[in-house]
Amino acid sequence: MNAPGSNRDEILAALRGRLHRQDGDGGAEAVATRIAKPARGPIPARGAGGHEARVALFVAMAEEVAARVVRVPSPEAVPEAVADYLKSENLPAEIRLAPDPGLTGLPWDSQPLMAVSEGPARPTDPVSLTGAFAGIAETGTLMLTSGAAGPTTLNFLPETHMAVLKASDITGCYEDAWDRLRVVQGAARDGGTLPRTVNLITGPSRTADIEQTIQLGAHGPRRLCILLVDDGEA
Amino acid sequence: MDTTSPSFKENARKAIADPLVARSRGHIKAGFIAKRRKAADRLPEFEALRDAARDIKNHTLAHLDLYLERYEAQVLAAGGRVHWCPTAEHARQAVLEICRAAGARTVTKGKSMISEEIGLNDFLESQGIVPVETDLGEYIIQLRNEPPSHIIAPAVHLTRTEIEAAFRSHHDHLPAERPLSEPADFVNEAREILRQKFVDADVGITGANFLVAETGSSIIVTNEGNGDLTQCLPKVHIVIASLEKVVPTLDDVNVILRVLARSATGQECSTYTTFSTGPRRPGDADGPEQYHVILLDNGRSNMLGGEFQEALRCIRCGACMNHCPVYHAVGGHAYGWVYPGPIGAVLTPAFIGIEKAAHLPNASSFCGRCEAVCPMRIPLPKMMRHWREREFERHLTPRAARWGLGLWAFFARRPRLYHAATALAGPALRAMAGGRGRLRRLPLAGAWTDHRDFPAPEGRTFHQIWAERQKGRQP
Repeated sequence: MNAPGSNRDEILAALRGRLHRQDGDGGAEAVATRIAKPARGPIPARGAGGHEARVALFVAMAEEVAARVVRVPSPEAVPEAVADYLKSENLPAEIRLAPDPGLTGLPWDSQPLMAVSEGPARPTDPVSLTGAFAGIAETGTLMLTSGAAGPTTLNFLPETHMAVLKASDITGCYEDAWDRLRVVQGAARDGGTLPRTVNLITGPSRTADIEQTIQLGAHGPRRLCILLVDDGEA
Repeated sequence: MDTTSPSFKENARKAIADPLVARSRGHIKAGFIAKRRKAADRLPEFEALRDAARDIKNHTLAHLDLYLERYEAQVLAAGGRVHWCPTAEHARQAVLEICRAAGARTVTKGKSMISEEIGLNDFLESQGIVPVETDLGEYIIQLRNEPPSHIIAPAVHLTRTEIEAAFRSHHDHLPAERPLSEPADFVNEAREILRQKFVDADVGITGANFLVAETGSSIIVTNEGNGDLTQCLPKVHIVIASLEKVVPTLDDVNVILRVLARSATGQECSTYTTFSTGPRRPGDADGPEQYHVILLDNGRSNMLGGEFQEALRCIRCGACMNHCPVYHAVGGHAYGWVYPGPIGAVLTPAFIGIEKAAHLPNASSFCGRCEAVCPMRIPLPKMMRHWREREFERHLTPRAARWGLGLWAFFARRPRLYHAATALAGPALRAMAGGRGRLRRLPLAGAWTDHRDFPAPEGRTFHQIWAERQKGRQP
């Protein structure tokens, strides 16, 4: 086997040959421009409404793919809503929190019967609670980002995933959510980097590999519960 | 992967008689086709998105060298590594070296067609490393030691009966009398068994639906969540992807994602779309310590700048095979290599050679449904025709077919003779058919009449009708 460098050169030389690439042919400029100024494609009109319409569309689309949406009036009401949901689903009162001050700082002592811990998911954790960077109304999708406050394992390992989403963080389309992330992280063109993992999550895990019959809970969570905090418009 | 493409005709003959193939045809027709239609109809922008998706890939392919350089620079900046692999052998060795360096004994795998293409599982096993497929469909066919029959539904050819047999024989530590008949039984059993594999694996290998030049990210699109558990639990994440997966920006990805799930399963959006950029960051609570991208050529650079370039737009949604009457009839295994259906009929000759895969571009009625539904608007019938031309040029076409084509060409170049011959042949065939309008046997056309009747011409020729119409139109 050749040294890695020469494989790279071999492939790139083959591509350049097939494309008749030449210095000064404008190719490099076209590429630089496209990355510096990303161009949007056609945006579905369905997400173009105002705040109320966006929230309503998000809820409808999320429920369509079997996510549960629970409206809560304020962040402080989240612990009680979590307890109520777990009770209604007959699930253990035991929750693993993302180490996010916005979640760990909530009034969990109002729920003395609930076992609360924080950190990345362990294989035995039955329920996780995470934040969400954004919600995307177009398809009822959550956008979650990894980091110190966002262990990715919480989104996949427990049987039940609960996520807190502020209504003001719901965008109409994917592009608006990515633009928000570019602002927070710094756009790639300015040397910014995406978080290690960005998860777009639309409903709970599912498979149709047994005779094309949809079955929830293939490997990821069997249940996805979105706690939608009505904090008004952004 | 070894190929049985040269014996496509024999494969097809067996498949047509196989009740499993017939049943999977039922599942595909009842499932994918109607769901795609519904999802496409529900999004008024769908056709405009298809145009935009096509344009994005055309632009990318025209600058593929430059976008790959940019992509690599971004992966390196995020702390990852890119391994450029001209051939399948290079890719297998690169994966092996990474696994060896990590001291890996077991690797979990998300669904990847490139893994099938480079025959990764057999290779890893031969090197003493245990690969565990974690996508439910892939897991089932790994137990049965057979290749996928569909690119997004690898076990679509199997019914519960076969799956139950595979589970009972391989999961023999479980009670023999346990119920195993409902879809939930199978899903839960696989979930329990694979859960421990996710946790124990040393290396996780996934494919990639896209690579993003803007950010250096790889993307997987899945429904089960197995790909995510594969990549977020072990200490090493290997992405295996081919050159043409790169797209310029996140905005470009959004456009193509909108047509991908709708064309594939008819979902508005797949359950999990995951963007991975480099390894775990300082302060991250979890995630892999190493991130490697295996970037595979394996014949793709040769397709660039030629008449098959447009096939590199393919995003592997499976819509072409879901809508193909030939795929319906013979199933995926008959095609004899990794990619079945119309896209397979175009890619396979490019990757393993037209001399081995000559039957595949001929296995089409040119009905055009594949092109009509392809989200990337790949002109699949045109490309199959190009392969037939290459086959003919290289004298690979069977002698009888060459002789027939030569005879037809002789008449076609002599219009008067042609008209005279068809004027005679039509009534002659009609007479042979008697009152039935159909011929059970026809000299020299046994390949057709062995399987179905040949319809006898009913009246005037196309040329006659055309001439009359043109006359009628004149003022």
